[in-house]
Amino acid sequence: MSGEVQAAAVLGGLTESEELEDRRGPQRPRRRRIGLGDWLLPVYVVLAFIFLLIPIAYTFVFSFNDSLKSNIAWRGFTFDKWLNVCNVEGGAVCEAFGNSIVIGLVSTVVATTLGTMIAIALVRYRFRARSAISLLLFLPMATPEVVLGAGLAAQFLAVGVPKDMLTIILAHTMFCISFVVVTVKARVASLDPALEEAGRDLYGSPREVFWRITFPLLTPGIMAAALLSFALSFDDFIITNFNSGSVTTFPKYIYISASRGIPAEANVIASAVFLVALAIVVIAQVSRAARAKRLAAQMG
Amino acid sequence: MSIREFAESGADLELVGIQKRFPGFTAIEELDLTIPAGSFFALLGPSGCGKTTTLRLVAGLEEPTAGRILIGGKDVTDTKAHQRPVNTVFQSYALFPHMSIIDNVAFGLKRRRIGDAQTKAHEALKLVELDHLAQRRPAQLSGGQQQRVALARAIVNRPALLLLDEPLGALDLKLRRQMQLELKTIQEEVGLTFLHVTHDQEEAMTMADTVAVMNKGAIEQMGAPEELYELPRTAFVANFLGKSNLFTGDVVGTTESAMTVDAGGHRITVATARSQRHRGLVTVGVRPEKVTLHAEQPDEVADRNLLGPGRVIDVSFAGVSTEYIVAVPGVGTMSVFAQNMTFGPVAHEGSEVWLSWDVEHGFGLSDEPDESSRFPADADTQSIAVQRREALITELEGS
Amino acid sequence: MAFAAFATTEAQPQTTRRKSPIALFLLLPGILYLVLFFLTPLISLILTSLQAPSEFGDIGVYDYAFNWQNYVTVIQDYWPHILRSFGYALLATVFALLFSYPIAYFIGVKARRRPLLQSLLLVLVIAPFFISFLLRTLAWKQILSDESLIITSLKALSLLAPDAYFAGTPFAVVFGLTYNFIPFMTLPLYTTLERLDTRYLEAGSDLYANSFTVFRKVTIPLSMPGIVAGTLLTFIPAAGDYVNASRDFLGGPDTQMMGNVIEANFLVLLNYPAAAALSIILMAAILVLVGVYVKRSGTEDLL
Repeated sequence: MSGEVQAAAVLGGLTESEELEDRRGPQRPRRRRIGLGDWLLPVYVVLAFIFLLIPIAYTFVFSFNDSLKSNIAWRGFTFDKWLNVCNVEGGAVCEAFGNSIVIGLVSTVVATTLGTMIAIALVRYRFRARSAISLLLFLPMATPEVVLGAGLAAQFLAVGVPKDMLTIILAHTMFCISFVVVTVKARVASLDPALEEAGRDLYGSPREVFWRITFPLLTPGIMAAALLSFALSFDDFIITNFNSGSVTTFPKYIYISASRGIPAEANVIASAVFLVALAIVVIAQVSRAARAKRLAAQMG
Repeated sequence: MSIREFAESGADLELVGIQKRFPGFTAIEELDLTIPAGSFFALLGPSGCGKTTTLRLVAGLEEPTAGRILIGGKDVTDTKAHQRPVNTVFQSYALFPHMSIIDNVAFGLKRRRIGDAQTKAHEALKLVELDHLAQRRPAQLSGGQQQRVALARAIVNRPALLLLDEPLGALDLKLRRQMQLELKTIQEEVGLTFLHVTHDQEEAMTMADTVAVMNKGAIEQMGAPEELYELPRTAFVANFLGKSNLFTGDVVGTTESAMTVDAGGHRITVATARSQRHRGLVTVGVRPEKVTLHAEQPDEVADRNLLGPGRVIDVSFAGVSTEYIVAVPGVGTMSVFAQNMTFGPVAHEGSEVWLSWDVEHGFGLSDEPDESSRFPADADTQSIAVQRREALITELEGS
Repeated sequence: MAFAAFATTEAQPQTTRRKSPIALFLLLPGILYLVLFFLTPLISLILTSLQAPSEFGDIGVYDYAFNWQNYVTVIQDYWPHILRSFGYALLATVFALLFSYPIAYFIGVKARRRPLLQSLLLVLVIAPFFISFLLRTLAWKQILSDESLIITSLKALSLLAPDAYFAGTPFAVVFGLTYNFIPFMTLPLYTTLERLDTRYLEAGSDLYANSFTVFRKVTIPLSMPGIVAGTLLTFIPAAGDYVNASRDFLGGPDTQMMGNVIEANFLVLLNYPAAAALSIILMAAILVLVGVYVKRSGTEDLL
């Protein structure tokens, strides 16, 4: 599974690792002898995680900075920036943030729909030009963003389409489709065909079988794909930069402001988004663990 | 029969000239089969013999390349799975993981818009004694419970025909016995036609009133379990359904009631009525439990075959009985099952023994004996070892 | 990037596959979309890369031509950027691999018996994804700046030479690239290590290998699919990145990568043919490198 897909699974709290249990070797009693490797690795891991989280902590801390226009030096603690997020530069940060949300939602809906349809077709049907289609789905993921961005921009330029929200949405949908296909495809492939056959056997018409059996069973995969799409779109800067014209998204706002200094309000928004995302994922993971535990308890 | 109403009773199933090809191979060559209403019919065969394909054709999950399928006299060949009065208990049970047990059981009723689906579903669950788990999810049930839910989900629809695709395969021995009994009881209570597909000969024999042994996309032999076991008509049946000692040789004498075969210098007599072929090179056989082991040379008795002396080359104790492998010069190795009436084996490895059995217990097969006889004339230890090895290999591959 | 994911389902034949007009209905919209917004833009890009300046000499206006000279020009003008892009990306990939492998091993193998810990550590690995890529990079810029608390205190403690600096150096750019793509490396590594059957490791030590040999001869080869997927997932975006190397972020005048010059040519100088030619060079180089790499590492089936 690819990094993004794995990320999607974690985002959705859906990593199904229980089923792998017996493939990975029997449970061993812990070794009593404590060697160098036993503490070296955990210590390294702790330090590595601290390192990974430094910029996040930095961003979070500086969202409370009583800064003026730029947010570089520490000037004292304040809640003001959290309470009045939109009161800076005439609400430019909030407008950019709003644009990012709208673009993220629309591209997610379109990409998830198109990608899910392709994923089902790839697993379930035979058709010609299969390898060509696989290549077409694979290439956008193997192409550097700057090439994707420049290509679309060149295209819009050639056709004479003005760059605005629509061009951003078109661009984001394009690079999200392949990721949706990969995520959902894994789910479709792991779906037991006997379940749908049982639905047909139990008098379900093709439409009923799809909506009552197939679709609900694919939902976790589709949800994970949608979350991934939204995350990819929301955080995208490079492709957006080539195709946005005068429209500003949240990452683009940061890029533009970087030379003159980022207001603390941007840190507030980023920190809030971070906390919301983290809460969603942690809740999903914890409830999944609790569910697994409950299941195990009931099975005795 | 409309799928909107319940079947009053089981219906006949007729398969006429069924053929099924997949890209690259033929699953069913040519199949004609009639299963009378109300019977418990088992299709028995090794994996890849076409039995599951047959079942899927009847369920409507596959379309036949040629031939017709009739249920209760009505042609359903072109009918889709959801329009057939047929339900399946899937090998993997295929319970919908996102629905509660009760919703699983009521699924078919709701699709058919049959009133009072919930009540009927609860009744079906009571029948399999699982009504107390109605609100659980399938993942919260044990394998045996899931199997019973799958059964309830199928029979609640009162199908004219119930298909069982190796539903007991995943259960352990004890649960299997329990479920076998339960299935049998339900069949008697509800009176449906059961079509059961399995590779387990014991399961087929204990449950079904008619067994059809399938091999390579065709039915080899069909009949009541006892009939199949006592009088196998082909070498495949003789060995797939239990074990057999087989001998190949020329017919050297025939009377009205019996024929005698010369197998590697030994004369073996088989009742004429129990033999499919009566001339030329034939294969005859006897079941291992019909053979008696003698420590000393017994007297010749009329209507009884006697072989020996042979040497015991292996003794394996299996609780209720002991299997002796005896090397008999001229015919190779023979297997003998002896009930453990006394403590300890009646013969030890290396001891010299004689074997005898009633002429009435033998059978003659219809197969064209292979070019190379199964038992080479020269039964030295090395060729026995080679044979044993080959037998083991085929056994391992078969399982 | 689904290097692995594309393979997993291709291997096992699906018995239920059939031909149907539904397939066309399912495929057509998405495929059409990709043809329209991925494939044609690529062709557009190739056409643009061959354009010649307009006869009238207006800035930003070009005519279709077959001006392959554009490629020669950009290679002559920007060869240091091209080399830098691949050099930085390679370094970042190697550092990310070294940094991530122990983490992935810990989560995937050591934490296996504690699912909750495993999940929470995974959340921590992807946590940086939840905060804007640009803000993360800016945070490092400020932490590594000359006036920052860390740098000044390191200098005060004489752990750092008084005239040492990080801002705008190649070190800072590679550091930023490494940091930003660590999750892309860790996750695929984790996925393969999580499926690693520990009985192989036990078999290794049973057959007289010490733990280092087991790691080198058993663990590493078995995690090869993850290593290949992770390195590709890191290398490709790193080679095309221009945020880290940008002057407003971690870079300086001497750290500009291909992405920076593509951006500058396209959005500032309006020299579309040059930007397009550079993009095509970048993409072609990546495809060739990836192809060779995957072939050499013997994991073609991943593609």
